[in-house]
Amino acid sequence: MFENIRLSFKGIWSHKMRSFLTMLGIIIGIAAIIAIVSTIQGTNEQIKENLIGSGDNTVEIALYQGDWTYEMGYEGVPAGVPVITPEILKQVKEIKNVDNASLYLSRQDYGGVYHLNTALSGGYVIGADENYFDTCNFIIKKGRGFTEKDYKDFRKVALLDKESADALFQGEDPLGKTVEIRREPFVVIGVVAKSKQFEPVINTMEDYYTYSQDSAGKVYVPDTVWPIIYQFDEPQNLVIKVASTDDMTNAGKEGANILNSYLNTGDDTIKYKAEDLLEQARQIQELGKSTNSMLIWIAGISLIVGGIGVMNIMLVSVTERTQEIGLKKAIGARRSNILGQFLTEAAVLTSMGGILGVVSGIVLAEIISKVSEMPVAISVPAAIGSVIFSMLIGIVFGMLPSYKAANLNPIEALRRE
Amino acid sequence: MILDLRNIFKDYNQDKLVVPVLKDITLQVEEGEYVAIMGPSGSGKTTLMNIIGCLDRPTSGEFLLAGTDVLALKDKELSNVRLNSIGFVFQSFHLMPRESALENVSLPLSYAGVRKKERRERALKALGRVGLEERATFMPTQLSGGQKQRVAIARAMVNNPKILLADEPTGALDSKSGAQIMELFQKLNEEGVTIVMITHDKKIADHAKQVYHIIDGEISRETGEEAHHEEEKD
Repeated sequence: MFENIRLSFKGIWSHKMRSFLTMLGIIIGIAAIIAIVSTIQGTNEQIKENLIGSGDNTVEIALYQGDWTYEMGYEGVPAGVPVITPEILKQVKEIKNVDNASLYLSRQDYGGVYHLNTALSGGYVIGADENYFDTCNFIIKKGRGFTEKDYKDFRKVALLDKESADALFQGEDPLGKTVEIRREPFVVIGVVAKSKQFEPVINTMEDYYTYSQDSAGKVYVPDTVWPIIYQFDEPQNLVIKVASTDDMTNAGKEGANILNSYLNTGDDTIKYKAEDLLEQARQIQELGKSTNSMLIWIAGISLIVGGIGVMNIMLVSVTERTQEIGLKKAIGARRSNILGQFLTEAAVLTSMGGILGVVSGIVLAEIISKVSEMPVAISVPAAIGSVIFSMLIGIVFGMLPSYKAANLNPIEALRRE
Repeated sequence: MILDLRNIFKDYNQDKLVVPVLKDITLQVEEGEYVAIMGPSGSGKTTLMNIIGCLDRPTSGEFLLAGTDVLALKDKELSNVRLNSIGFVFQSFHLMPRESALENVSLPLSYAGVRKKERRERALKALGRVGLEERATFMPTQLSGGQKQRVAIARAMVNNPKILLADEPTGALDSKSGAQIMELFQKLNEEGVTIVMITHDKKIADHAKQVYHIIDGEISRETGEEAHHEEEKD
């Protein structure tokens, strides 16, 4: 076997030009596939990242009516939707791979939040529980966070995010100042931010509509003071943090199932649902899939053409080496020895083509990403797979010439001088 | 008896014509003999050699090689016979042009599944037997015709075959190199190797202990002259 590989390299090396031209079809085919797969992979990863953000790993679960989040009307929370108690929350925390879970209330308030005469229009007021900032990976940028006492004593204190601080205070230091929420004064005790700020990459208008994030500011208050601001109950939202991005879908589904098991609304359309970003990402990726698989098929055809080229040259090579084959048979080579030698040669040839193809494919992908600003991600499994596949092409298309060589009549072969 | 051919016929089909090449050949060779088969070109001597070398099958007849009925063997078993029992030497050497002398000699050993280290040792030893140990790393293009033929002989001998088959071994050599090859054959024969040599050259054939003539596919043993030759040698 090693002997055959050594001989193959020797043979390929002694006919450098011919070997390279033989490999060219394979090189082009593999390079095309690697470049295509890399661009697809890059685009897909970007879609996923844009939607999910990097490393946040939180899933939001909210009450839905049909396909939309439940709209608060005059009647408040629908009958049969119980309060999510600490016991229920504990159950959610026990789901596999869930690190943390928190409850919060949220309301988009038009014209309800002021500092002096400046309004925070369209901002959100969020009533957070004690775990919320932890679960959602917030850090305190300025001042302090909520303490146990803030919750217990129903203190009217508020935390701002960067957007709301900018909108309400316009560069002034907000600490210790007062904001008015529904005519109740709240003292600003701190400014918070997500520990990882994620900016989605937006290349096109379409990307903008898909990924652009709501930039309206948020004002956070302890959830215990919520009833002071808003006189009726809101449906509670749940946010859970999971260990890795891949756990998001499952944990979200299970969390929603637990909450739904306590529902008794008599209305099937009212249900808790997890916002499944992975699923959304998948759907967007799905859109490009048929075009992509088309491209891969076309590249695959060029591989077959390359394989036929290999077969052709191998046939010529067998004819050229008739004497060598005859001699080897005369000195005791079995058919299997000859077959093995030529199959190895074909496989080595196309594997080398595959490796060169992967390298040129990576270069090509990098060029594409530079020129068209498309994201590229080199897939290691695709690269390894391509080399193995090209080796298989060598074996398949080397079969006919190798059989021809193995079945040569040694007398005929030796007679040719 | 190492070679025992009885009533060998070989016909070739050319278009619709049946051309008889060998007609009722009967030939026995004992172990340790040195036999030359002489004949003009087209006499069928190469066909006979191909049959003896298990490269070709006769149309009819019996052939025992060291007691084995080789005509009953399958393709794969015939390969093994060629590998282990027969050593070939050709007029045009048939060395692998891109392999060194050592690698050329090692080739049959690799088919026999001999490990790399042992392969090297045995190949070097075989090269030593033909006096080319120092040229082991030389490529065929760096060797003279006589040296090439000696490498080919080393390759033929490396598996210790029972019989050495030579087809015009000096045909492509000048007379000096040819004489060296004949000396080498003599030496090998004295060491106990059975040699069957095919030639059209009377002088070369005279080196053998026993000479057969093949004319138009029929074989005959040389008698008077051969005896005379033996006497002369003594």
